[in-house]
Amino acid sequence: MPKNYPARMNKKLMVLLLICSGIILFSCKKLFPPEPPGNEVLAAPMEGLTKAQLASHAAGDELFAKIYTQSEGLGPIFIQSSCEGCHVGDGKGHPFTMVTRFARLTQGTIDYMEDLGGPQVQNRALSGYVPEGVHESADFVSQRLAPLLTGLGFLAAVHDSTIINMALKMGKVNWVEPPDYFVPTADHISVAGRFVGRFGKKAKEIRIFDQVVFALKEDIGITSDFDLEDPFNHLVGNNTGDNVADPEVGKDVINNLVFYLRTLKAPERRNIDDPDVIAGEKLFADLGCINCHKPTLKTAKSDIAVLSEVEFHPFTDLLIHDMGDDLDDGFPEGSATGSEWRTPPLWGLGLAKDVQGGERYLLHDGSASTIDEVLKVHGGEAMSASAAFFSLSEEDHDKVITFLNSL
Amino acid sequence: MITAQTDTGSLTNQDAIYDRPFIINFEKARTAIGGYLEANTNYFVEDGVTEGFSMEMRRFNIFIFSPINRRINFISELEFEHGTEEIALEMALIDVRVSDGLNLRGGIILPQIGLVNANHDSPKWNFVERPLSSTHIIPTTLSEVGFGIHGKFFSDSRILSYDAYVVNGLQESIILNEEGRTFLQQGKSEEMFEEDNNGVPMMNVKFSLSNRKSTEVGVSYYGGIYNTYRIEGAKVEDPRSMHLTAIDFTTESKKIQLKGEVTYLMIDVPSNLVEIYGEQQYGGFIEVSYTLFEEKEGSILSALTPYTTIPSINLDLRVERVDFNLGTFKSTQTAIRDEINSITGGLSIRPDAANTVFRFNYTYQFIIDNLGNPAVRNAGIQMGFATYF
Repeated sequence: MPKNYPARMNKKLMVLLLICSGIILFSCKKLFPPEPPGNEVLAAPMEGLTKAQLASHAAGDELFAKIYTQSEGLGPIFIQSSCEGCHVGDGKGHPFTMVTRFARLTQGTIDYMEDLGGPQVQNRALSGYVPEGVHESADFVSQRLAPLLTGLGFLAAVHDSTIINMALKMGKVNWVEPPDYFVPTADHISVAGRFVGRFGKKAKEIRIFDQVVFALKEDIGITSDFDLEDPFNHLVGNNTGDNVADPEVGKDVINNLVFYLRTLKAPERRNIDDPDVIAGEKLFADLGCINCHKPTLKTAKSDIAVLSEVEFHPFTDLLIHDMGDDLDDGFPEGSATGSEWRTPPLWGLGLAKDVQGGERYLLHDGSASTIDEVLKVHGGEAMSASAAFFSLSEEDHDKVITFLNSL
Repeated sequence: MITAQTDTGSLTNQDAIYDRPFIINFEKARTAIGGYLEANTNYFVEDGVTEGFSMEMRRFNIFIFSPINRRINFISELEFEHGTEEIALEMALIDVRVSDGLNLRGGIILPQIGLVNANHDSPKWNFVERPLSSTHIIPTTLSEVGFGIHGKFFSDSRILSYDAYVVNGLQESIILNEEGRTFLQQGKSEEMFEEDNNGVPMMNVKFSLSNRKSTEVGVSYYGGIYNTYRIEGAKVEDPRSMHLTAIDFTTESKKIQLKGEVTYLMIDVPSNLVEIYGEQQYGGFIEVSYTLFEEKEGSILSALTPYTTIPSINLDLRVERVDFNLGTFKSTQTAIRDEINSITGGLSIRPDAANTVFRFNYTYQFIIDNLGNPAVRNAGIQMGFATYF
C-alpha cells in the first residue's frame, strides 16, 4: 500500500547518500590495488611509444596470451598451449615448460633427427595422439628454459656490424643459415650465405620473426604461412596433423607477436644508488665479467623511434663463447658447438624469482639456483673471471651479488 | 502436489525451481509466465590498471510454468544473457508426481550439484556475482538433458530430500580448452542436448536434510565418463572419468543468514597433461548476511522505496577460494598453485522481500598463477539489482 513520507525524509536520505558517496570517492585510491613500481615488473610496453604503436602492442599482447585449442590448431603434439604459458610475465621460463632438443652424429655430421621427432621434443599431445620422447638413438640431448623476453626490441635493433666488431676482441658470431622464407634487408650482413644469429640460447635465430615462427610450431603446434606442417609423432604412424587447415595463423599474427616483443620495455634497475650496488658494479667490471656481459650497447636506426640510436644496458654482447666442459651439451646450432653459448643478457636477473614461482632457475637449463652455482660452471673463456670471483673477500663477493640482483 | 506454497517451512533447495513468485495456484490459471531481470555496474582495478566503468545487462530470464494436471507440472526457463549475446534454454522439464517420495522428472534439467546450480536465480542472492566455487569448479548454470527421480520424506522435525538423474554429461573440452586449465564450464556443448559424446551417461545424485525451519545440509555428486573414447564403434583411447562432489548448507536465525559450499573435483587427465590440466580441484565459499534494519515507518531508509515496504537491509560478507590444480610439478616437486582467493563485502536492500534486491558489492581478489608468482590483485565495486517479475 502506498505510503507518503514527509519531504524531510527525502532530504535526510539525500544527505546520507551524499555522505556515503563522498566517503567512497575519498577512499577510492585506498580501495584499489596500486600499480606495482615499474622497476619491479618485467611485462610492460616501453615508454615513448605512439598511440598507434601502443594499440599494436596491445593487439600483440592479446595474441601472446591467447590459449590455443584443438579447433584453433593446437598440436597435435605440443609443449604449451600459449606463448605466455612458457614466458610467464615475459620472464624466463620454469622447468615444467623446459624444452628438450636432441640430435646425433651421422658420419661425422650433425643430424637433427627430424624423421624421429627431432630437433625438439613435444612432450604433450591432444586426445588421440601420442606425445614424443627423446629417441633412443640420440647422441646429444639439450634441455633449455624459455628465455627472458623483455628488452628484445633493443637487442634486435643492434646493427649486425656492432656485433661483428665486438667479436674482434672476444667471442664469435654465430653465422647461421637463414630459413627458406628469409629475405635479408640492407642492414643484414652475410658471409657465404650465412647471417648473424643473435636470439636463442646459442644465437641460432637471426630475427625475432624467425624465433616466433619456430616457437609457434615447435612449442604450440601452430602452423603459419612460413611453416605449413604440423609437428607429429613420427614413430606412431598417425601423421595426420591436427585436422585444422594450414596455415593455422597468417603473417599478421606473426607480425603482431613480433611487434609486441619488439616493444616490450627493457628491465629496469633497482637500488642503483646503494653503495654496495655501485661497488659491486665496479668489481663486476674489474673481474672481467664485462668482457662478455657488456653493460652498454647502442641500437642502429629503427622504424620505432624510441628504439632508434639509443644506448641501453643489457649486459650481453650477443656473441657465442666457449663456456667449458661443464656446460657442453654436445648440441651444435649454426656455427656454435656444444660448449658454446650466447652470452645471456643479465638484465632482469633480480626479478627472476617473481616470474619463476619464487625460486630461481638459472643457466640455460635452470640447473643453478644461485649466482655462485652459475659461476662455478663458468669455464672456457669465462674461467679467469670465474676464478677471480671466487677469490674475492666475502664482503666483495656479496657486493657483486647485490649488484647482480639490482639488474 | 507442489503448487502455490504458503508453508515456506516445507521448502528446501530442491524446490528452488518452483519457489518463484510468478508461480500461482494452477486452479486460477493454466499457464503462468514470469522471470527475472538482473543488471549491474562494474568498476575493477587490477594492479593499478583499469578498463574503466561499464554497465552490464547480465540476464533476462523468462519462466513458463504450466500445471498440466494435478500430477504433472511443466516448467521452463529461457535465458537471454548480455542482451541477446547468449540465448539458452536453461530448463524445460516435466515433473510427474507419483507420491511425495517419488516424482519422475525428465527434459532439460538443472542437475542438483552444490548450492547454486539449481537455485541460481539472481534475486535470491545478496551478491552481484555468483560464488567462484559455483562457477569456476561447479559449472553453474549447468543444464543437461536427462531423466530421473526426486522426492521427499517427512518426519515431524526433518525433511529428507533426494534427487537422482542420468544425464548426457559434460564433454572432453573440460581439458585442452581456451582456459588453459581443467575447467568444467568448458565441457558444456550444444551437442549435449542432442546426444551423449560417448554413449555412457553421467550420474547426478543429491541428498539433503532440512530441519523444516531454516537449516539445510546437502551432499551431492555429479560424474561419469567425459571423453569421446570411441568413434564409429572403435575404441580410440581409454575412457576417462570425472567425479565432482559438493557439500552445501544454509541456515538462518532472525538476523543472520549463513550459506556455504565446498566442492571437490577428481578427474582422470592424460599423464602428459596433468601439470597444465589439474587432476584435482577444490573450491568453497561461506557467506553471511546480517539484517541491519527492519521496517520502521517514517525512517530514512523507508524513503528509499516510499511505495512499498522495506523488509530488510543487510550487511553481507563472502569469503571464497578456488584452487584449480592440487598437483605438483614433476620437475621441481613444488606445488602447482593456480588459485583465486577472494573476499566480498556488500550491502543489500530488499524492498520487497525475496522478490527484488538492490546490491552494492566491493570485492578484493588475490589471483595466483600456476607457478606461485606474486599475486595479481584485483578489486572492484559493483552495484546492481535483480528482480523477479
